[in-house]
Amino acid sequence: MRIETHPILDFQRGPKVTFYFEGRPVEGFSGETVAAALHAAGVKILRHSVKLNRPRGFFCAIGKCSSCLMEVDGVPNVFSCITPIKEGMQVRRQQGRGRITLD
Amino acid sequence: MNALDFLIIGGGPAGLMAALAASDFGLKPLVIDENQKLGGQLIKQTHMFFGSKAERAGTRGFDIGIELAGEMEKRGIEVWNNSPAVGYYPDGTVAVLKNDKLHGLKPKAVLAATGASENFVTFPGSDLPGVYGAGAVQTLMNVYGIRPGQSVLMIGSGNIGLIVSYQLMQAGVKVQAIIEGLPNIGGYLVHASKIARAGVPILTGHTILEATGENQVTGAVISKIDDQWQPVAGSQQNIECDTICLAVGLTPLTEMLWQAGCQMNYVPELGGQVAWHDELMMTSIPGIFTAGDVTGIEEASTAMLEGELAGLGAAKYLKGDSKELQCRIDDTACRLAGLRAGPFGQKAREGKCKLAECRRT
Ligand SMILES: Cc1cc2nc3c(=O)[nH]c(=O)nc-3n(C[C@H](O)[C@H](O)[C@H](O)COP(=O)(O)OP(=O)(O)OC[C@H]3O[C@@H](n4cnc5c(N)ncnc54)[C@H](O)[C@@H]3O)c2cc1C
Ligand code: FES
Repeated sequence: MRIETHPILDFQRGPKVTFYFEGRPVEGFSGETVAAALHAAGVKILRHSVKLNRPRGFFCAIGKCSSCLMEVDGVPNVFSCITPIKEGMQVRRQQGRGRITLD
Repeated sequence: MNALDFLIIGGGPAGLMAALAASDFGLKPLVIDENQKLGGQLIKQTHMFFGSKAERAGTRGFDIGIELAGEMEKRGIEVWNNSPAVGYYPDGTVAVLKNDKLHGLKPKAVLAATGASENFVTFPGSDLPGVYGAGAVQTLMNVYGIRPGQSVLMIGSGNIGLIVSYQLMQAGVKVQAIIEGLPNIGGYLVHASKIARAGVPILTGHTILEATGENQVTGAVISKIDDQWQPVAGSQQNIECDTICLAVGLTPLTEMLWQAGCQMNYVPELGGQVAWHDELMMTSIPGIFTAGDVTGIEEASTAMLEGELAGLGAAKYLKGDSKELQCRIDDTACRLAGLRAGPFGQKAREGKCKLAECRRT
């Protein structure tokens, strides 16, 4: 789903970054957000809703709609549309409100 | 707590122009933005601007963003990226989150140039992955170089719907159709003709009945509507698409202004609740300014000029009047009036008139 040639824009992608989605490695480019990199990898379902367990994806891409909440490195309710990817990051689809681990 | 002249919340076209104008008259502004990059919506806009040369017609939006950001750097204006303003306190303190730390800033003047957020429409299936706001599609395509999908149904034929459709085509995505509930196309005819020439049907008097698909969008059902917005029997059509893009308007992001206790008025022509302001963009609270989409949904060129006025207004508020300042204010106000003079500025003109009335009563 990446655009390779474009009549106006020239995409200068950063160095490659590998993170993990549901335990599987996914490659993105430095500077991309979690939701964008997943999208490029064909993943559109980011979580399942609290009440009806319906799939949810990307909607606003600016951290305003809460559609894209995911579990990132064990922390639930992270706005994946504005969170940059990092090497080795563990990203999971969130079910409902997500799991929290308390020490 | 820092001593600070002028805090600008939002580094879009309005906020950046305000910073530059204020710095022209000796203020030291600080611009904060919750985004990684300066420029607001401009960073995703690949088309050329309209209007006169003075308003940068013929320049692409993202180039204007780069130009303004470069000018900020040249002048050494302080910018905090990744730093949302999260609260306004009665003593005038603005709480800003930066690097997971909360900072309390107490500026002598503040500008809310926070822009707008996208409207939503509900229909069965509108919550499915594959339904996007137009801004999100632009971000994915033009900032990250990622296609939202293979084939798109665009909802809304205002300028954003038309422009984003064209950008989708440039990115190699098939636009199946643009549908519009009203009987007429909302945006500029030049944009519409360009798209129609490329073979994309623009169906006015149509609405979406539902998005189909189990886990993500696989299609849409659309239908003609009558003048009561009721579906016309027998006119249903299935559209095959994996993406539905909503371009159905924006709503001003006014949280900071509400929290500050500014007088707010509901003006539908401006996109909803907006803060009352005077000719120099100062709200009902002295020292609090507003500019750009947050004070009425228009376009980037008007946002820039409103921002400039707000920056000049802050200079006047903090440093007093001068002949030079007044000349600049008159010139900017005149250019803004010029931009709004045409038929497409009518809504904004009416809205701003209504807003002005609100203070007099
Ligand atoms: C999808 C889309 C397409 C458009 N296409 C065009 C077009 O083709 N031509 C045109 O002229 N206009 C277009 N517009 C409109 C134009 O982009 C806006 O009118 C213009 O950007 C408004 O400028 P602004 O500075 O008011 O707001 P914005 O550009 O929205 O900037 C607001 C900034 O404030 C920041 N912000 C918001 N809240 C906070 C907070 N609490 N703390 C810190 N920062 C915050 C945001 O991150 C953002 O950077 C489009 C708009 C959209 C949504
Ligand atoms: S997509 Fe709206 S908050 Fe992330």
